[in-house]
Amino acid sequence: MIYSEKVMDHFANPRNVGEIEDADGVGEVGNAKCGDIMKMYIKVDGDVISDVKFKTFGCGAAVATSSIATEMIKGKKISEALKLTNKAVVEALEGLPPVKIHCSVLAEQAIKAAIADYYTRQGIDPTPFVGHPTDCDCDHCHE
Amino acid sequence: MKGMIYLEKRFVYADNSATTRVSENALKAALPYFTQNYGNPSSIYSLGMDAAKAVLAARQQVANALGAAKVNEVYFTSGGSEADNWAIRGAAEIGAKKGKKHIITTVFEHHAVLHTCEYLEKQGFEVTYLPVDDKGLITAEQVENAIREDTCLVTIMFANNEIGTILPIPEIGKVCKAHNVLFHTDAVQAVGHIDINVKDMNIDMLSLSGHKIHAPKGIGALYCRTGVNLPNLIYGGAQERNKRAGTENVPSIVALGTAITDAVTDIEEKNAKISQMRDKLIERILKIPQTRLNGDAERRLAGNVNISVRGIEGESLLLTLDLKGIAASSGSACTSGSLDPSHVLLAIGLPHEVAHGSLRLSISEENTDEDVDYILEVLPEIVKKLRKMSPLWERICRTEGIHDYTLD
Repeated sequence: MIYSEKVMDHFANPRNVGEIEDADGVGEVGNAKCGDIMKMYIKVDGDVISDVKFKTFGCGAAVATSSIATEMIKGKKISEALKLTNKAVVEALEGLPPVKIHCSVLAEQAIKAAIADYYTRQGIDPTPFVGHPTDCDCDHCHE
Repeated sequence: MKGMIYLEKRFVYADNSATTRVSENALKAALPYFTQNYGNPSSIYSLGMDAAKAVLAARQQVANALGAAKVNEVYFTSGGSEADNWAIRGAAEIGAKKGKKHIITTVFEHHAVLHTCEYLEKQGFEVTYLPVDDKGLITAEQVENAIREDTCLVTIMFANNEIGTILPIPEIGKVCKAHNVLFHTDAVQAVGHIDINVKDMNIDMLSLSGHKIHAPKGIGALYCRTGVNLPNLIYGGAQERNKRAGTENVPSIVALGTAITDAVTDIEEKNAKISQMRDKLIERILKIPQTRLNGDAERRLAGNVNISVRGIEGESLLLTLDLKGIAASSGSACTSGSLDPSHVLLAIGLPHEVAHGSLRLSISEENTDEDVDYILEVLPEIVKKLRKMSPLWERICRTEGIHDYTLD
């Protein structure tokens, strides 16, 4: 298996690692059984994601996708962040091995989960904006 | 330049169960067969005959290393997987002719064995997969109890590639002989690390791989006792007693002969040195909180360390170790190309999340005390760093009331 230099860079030097103690939204996706959990914290200023941090339990691709995804939404409007697709994450990383594509899906879902939590805390039903992000696309979760 | 300090990046190879460096001896033995003695062993002139003699000498070396009665009980193959496939499918074919279509193996064999058994199940064979205990061991009694009238083969590995447990092969051999059932063992991880004598251990067939014992990749051998009429594998030539056609890989065969001879020399002495390093690694790594040793502490390959580290995932552990110049292995799903963690770790009862966070270090006689110290210097810091960013570790600490040392 070969990781791109970009993936290795984000794995070796992950951006925005950590927690935001007074986060406005926190999303957690994946599960330990499948081997990856992503937790995303966002701080929202008006309709802009002013800060974002993540914690990830998972493989190199899981760390790299969460890292680059935080970079891609930081300073963006919520509406723009919601448009971030896993495909865009893969492209930004200059590709992922086929077995690792699900990590990019997880990154997209983690962002959506954090935004959903933000809306819920605001007393707004997140479903119209976020839909129902599923936890994981692997076999265990569909057994 | 004067006054400048060159900081060389350290490199520690601790994945000798995956493959090994080709030894100088094996390489030196092989080299002339590329450009000087390049004849085809089937040719009649002296250049060919010299190659044929070299192949015969290597076959004798392999036979000697295994305690085989005759040189022609050794068949060269492309490696361990081919030898496993050949032995199992061959024994199945022999069995089917007598109406015997039952095979006994274990749940934690190498996939070369398991996937061949699964293939045979689709062909109408019945396979009993013996469970292993929490240390990765089985007993000869388990095998004996599973043997039926229609059992044509018992295939059980000599030592496990992941957790290093050494199975009671002589005892199993005895049981198989008593019941007149063919016994094959995948000894890929055992050759050169454990004294093997196929006659004394009642082994009918044995698979081995060259690149695990400092020979090149792409060469291995199947030992098959005289009297077992192994069906042909490849048609089209008289090589390997008509059973596996194709011009011999002479340089690699010669290298295997040299490597296996070196490998079985002074096993005890080598193991004493290697197991000392292994024990130091195990003892010190287990000082990291929330870690556990996988496999049996006593019946264990001299160079095998397999430890689960809770709260972190194996692949990211390996990649971080690699950034520090350490090559190791894991049973994590992410390193297997599937979403499931190692079937071996699941077989000894580890929960998925713990299996995902396993680390295998496999050291050889080429490793040094400095290598061990270096691993022990960097590993705890890496674990701490990965745990610090792991939401799973955070959850484990919270739900189990464990002090989170990464916050100190």
